[in-house]
Amino acid sequence: MATLSRKDVEHVAHLARLGLTEDELARLEGQLNHILDQYAVLAELDTEHIAPTAQTIELENILRDDEVEPSLPAEEVLALAPERAGQYFVVPPILGEHGN
Amino acid sequence: MATGNPATALETATAYEVVVGVEIHVQLKTASKMFCSCSSEVRGAAPNSNTCPVCLGLPGALPVINRRAVELVLATGIAIGATNPEVTRWDRKNYFYPDLPKGYQISQFDLPLCSGGTLTVETSTGPVEIGIRRAHLEEDTARLLHQDKPGGGRLSLVDYNRSGIPLMEIVTEPCITSAEAARRYAEELRLLLLTIGASDAAMEEGQMRVEANVSLRLPGAEKLGTRVEVKNMNSFRSVERAIAFEIERQTRALDGGEKLIQETRGWDDTRGVTYVMRLKEESEDYRYFPEPDLPPLRTDASMIAGIRAAMPELPAARRARYSADFGLSSYDAAVIVGSAGDYFAAAMATDPPVDPKVAAGLLSKIGLREQKAQPDLLSRRNGAELAEVVRLRASGAISSQSAEDVYIEHLQSGESVASIVATKGLRQMNDSSELGAVIDKVIAANSAAVADFSAGKEQALKFLTGQVMKESRGQANAAAVAQLLGERLKK
Amino acid sequence: MTSDPTRLHAHEMAAGLRRGDFSAHDLAAAHLDRIDATDKPLHAWVWWDRAATLAQADAADDRLALAREEGEEALAALPALLGIPVGLKDLVFTRGDRATAGSRILEGYVSPYDAHISENLKAAGAVLPGKTNMDEFAMGSSTEFSAWGPTANPWDLDRVPGGSSGGSAAAVAAFQVPLSIGTDTGGSIRQPAALTGIVGLKPTYGRVSRYGIVAFASSLDQIGPLGRDVRDTAMLMSVIAGRDERDSTSADIPVPDYAAQLPESDDESAASLRGVRLGLPKQYFVKGMEPGVEARIREAVTALEAAGAEVVDIDLPHTDYGLATYYIVAPAEASANLARYDGVRYGRSVRLPGGDYIADYLETRGTGFGAEVKRRIMLGTYALSAGYYDAYYLKAQKVRTLIKGDFDAAFEKVDALVAPTSPTVAFKFGARLQDPVAMYLSDACTLPANMAGVCGLSVPCGLSEGLPVGLQLIGRPWDEDRLFRLGRAYEAITATAAWRNQEPTDLAKLTDPATQAAADRAAAVRGAA
Repeated sequence: MATLSRKDVEHVAHLARLGLTEDELARLEGQLNHILDQYAVLAELDTEHIAPTAQTIELENILRDDEVEPSLPAEEVLALAPERAGQYFVVPPILGEHGN
Repeated sequence: MATGNPATALETATAYEVVVGVEIHVQLKTASKMFCSCSSEVRGAAPNSNTCPVCLGLPGALPVINRRAVELVLATGIAIGATNPEVTRWDRKNYFYPDLPKGYQISQFDLPLCSGGTLTVETSTGPVEIGIRRAHLEEDTARLLHQDKPGGGRLSLVDYNRSGIPLMEIVTEPCITSAEAARRYAEELRLLLLTIGASDAAMEEGQMRVEANVSLRLPGAEKLGTRVEVKNMNSFRSVERAIAFEIERQTRALDGGEKLIQETRGWDDTRGVTYVMRLKEESEDYRYFPEPDLPPLRTDASMIAGIRAAMPELPAARRARYSADFGLSSYDAAVIVGSAGDYFAAAMATDPPVDPKVAAGLLSKIGLREQKAQPDLLSRRNGAELAEVVRLRASGAISSQSAEDVYIEHLQSGESVASIVATKGLRQMNDSSELGAVIDKVIAANSAAVADFSAGKEQALKFLTGQVMKESRGQANAAAVAQLLGERLKK
Repeated sequence: MTSDPTRLHAHEMAAGLRRGDFSAHDLAAAHLDRIDATDKPLHAWVWWDRAATLAQADAADDRLALAREEGEEALAALPALLGIPVGLKDLVFTRGDRATAGSRILEGYVSPYDAHISENLKAAGAVLPGKTNMDEFAMGSSTEFSAWGPTANPWDLDRVPGGSSGGSAAAVAAFQVPLSIGTDTGGSIRQPAALTGIVGLKPTYGRVSRYGIVAFASSLDQIGPLGRDVRDTAMLMSVIAGRDERDSTSADIPVPDYAAQLPESDDESAASLRGVRLGLPKQYFVKGMEPGVEARIREAVTALEAAGAEVVDIDLPHTDYGLATYYIVAPAEASANLARYDGVRYGRSVRLPGGDYIADYLETRGTGFGAEVKRRIMLGTYALSAGYYDAYYLKAQKVRTLIKGDFDAAFEKVDALVAPTSPTVAFKFGARLQDPVAMYLSDACTLPANMAGVCGLSVPCGLSEGLPVGLQLIGRPWDEDRLFRLGRAYEAITATAAWRNQEPTDLAKLTDPATQAAADRAAAVRGAA
């Protein structure tokens, strides 16, 4: 299986939005590759015709009726905010870039 | 394929093939949110007052699917002739953004609720069938507001009321060949969603968001050209303008030997141009995987049958019926179904029936004009009143002029046609005895004019007719007056 | 009142409360005193609140008094857990209280809502003193990965109690509470129960609602009870199990009164083993298993056979792939579950001057998560990322199908499986910190049950090198009641064994003021190694 280069580790860290120090990046490069080596055993198994299992419980169509129930009091919600302005949560400034 | 819309084609040297794909997000018309029981009515709600652990993404919270939202997407699918997989599920779409509370959006990746389907739209160059690739069900993000800080710098605020509102994403095939067709598709889809009650789809309210992927290629070319995504189009008009502008921009660029870059551009409605919002990174890595907190959904036949049974008459069918049954031109039928379908249907449902052409005429000339001034005016008026106007007009009870005045008055005030006619005394004087009395009075008072008439002065008759109309305060039926007056004078 | 009610079993406390031997207030006070006296060297708790705990106890006394006036029937109708102290792992939310999942990123976070099981426990009148220590986000097998410092093992204060529910296990083993709640994603209830000599159940996936519990790996997480004997553990399980409409994966299957189903006498229990078919999966005697542990398991099997159970060898051919599969699936789900900790709405938030949100996210998460959590987020993100999804995540999901198939086949042949819970006894602080893979091996015998979604119970089965060994009973989905009966029967047939009545070796040291705080001791042990 693939091994992770330092550049890969940096890319994955950014995908996961983890700010890592040089030391952490170096240590993780070694540790992650060591762990990935353990994954290699999976290649032994022929799973071409095996269906994946995402959930072990066999439930289907668990739906709720479209009914409104009380929300949390806005004050309780905003009390959690690291930074708030009036009735709003304040987020760090968003420069240019966009979501989906 | 044909080239882009005429306006653009004229200005371009090379006739490129225009390839447009449209992605539309609509908020579904449910009482509660997609995965929690918070109200999905954001209008009039204080910021962050419609929130709970689920739609705030608090630790420990878990989603539960809103049945109604599923039904509305399935209904849309049925309306566009889509197919649904026997089993569908939700997936996590992973990315970080301050409007996304969980750091992932619960969406549908490889098993959307609806696959395939078509929608046919009328364009100036004739009907066009738009191929639809898929429609899936996901959750809306929170609303971000950007402000300038007093001390300088920018401040971004979040309101989570919108977070978790059910969102349907409908994606067309890259098969649209003009800005006009793209606009008409968006308009037709909105009409469809309104008809089946899936969404209010008000673009200005952000309930319907249209994005277009625009690319050009040389005729016959195999692969698609560089794709540019256009956003921020907040009206149907701007959809057409933005795509037309983009087609022209790309055409000029290609003619000028420029290489286009894959990017996302925003539409500036006031300046009438698109501008670069961001360059697409080497395609974002959303790391989709099946949502472990939600069991799969099996769309069993009974569920589909139930939705199918509750389906109202769809716009296309109603248009066809109006032209066929009422002999309306396909244009009138389209216009009426598009903006006053239910209202007109109510008028047609009255007994005794009235002439559809006359009703359609009044509706197009006056009703739709008034509605331009007052949005969705006709949804607040009863079509039976339109029928009443037509009926009074046909019986000669009111003049054609009064008919229009009464109809306008009714639409504006909401007062019933009958009472307007009564209070304004617009009913015509047809009855000969009643009229006779007025005429005798006029003859008696104008002996000179009568003498002139006897002496063969024809215009004297016009004068006397005028006097009668004056005396009857315009209520006399002009035709009847001429006849009776003639009889009297010839004695 | 009896000299020290903390030494009683929960079902004995319940009887004592009804008889009026002592009040719920006295019972709570005795446990709070014990926590005060022992938690510096043990550090089983992140926090406890004396005033709030006594208030809950007083409310329980009011219910008891009311029922007493109404008479025997009303008294008998009271919920079994009324007035009984229960420790909650630091990832179970109770409205208005702190819970951090052992992480700095949730430092100071106060939950605005109750977990489903918290609602149930409060309704049952249980007394909830506070939150117990754990590996950060339940990622670990030693409780050394708690941001608030390690927890010691009452059997040897130089050793770990296992994890991730190490605080819940140590608190019960050290008589700070008779019962506690843990969560088990790959063994986090069973392994610490084994290493501290108590009973712990990992219920069938879907048996207990996950609503209001900090998520680690959503398709594997289950919440379960820990206690000092099977009857107590069963008593707590009946209160937390059952359908909750807020958890779409919680099953609508009736919950029996597990404790009431257990035979009263040891003889009856022992007799229930006759004709029971048990499977012994050879793959669970993994390499690296300590001989002492294997010996205890073999002895337990012999004892079960002697009592009339039929034990056959069972093949679970894909067991060896469990570890790799687990360490792909769990981190992948965790990488998404932990994405919400971005410092925008709650919890730790670093706002750099002039930085934009990406910079602040990187800093908040980079400094808010500990080393093991970052490691797993990295693993999971990588396993899901473009180009690797099929090779890692999808492959693991397919192998998961094979592992589940192993269990389905086994349960065609036998009623339950018997196996070791952990390949080793409690290890010394720091012994596995340097090598993640060595730490991961602690779960080799427990995580297959999570991968398959079946239930597993760990019961003490003796000592090796003076430290507890756990016997794991693995059952069919929804077969918790059978596991409790088997566990109780095993207790019955070993009731007279010397190790049964042996209390944790280092209990005395816990009350000795001279004993170091757990963190200092752990540091010293690591330094010495």
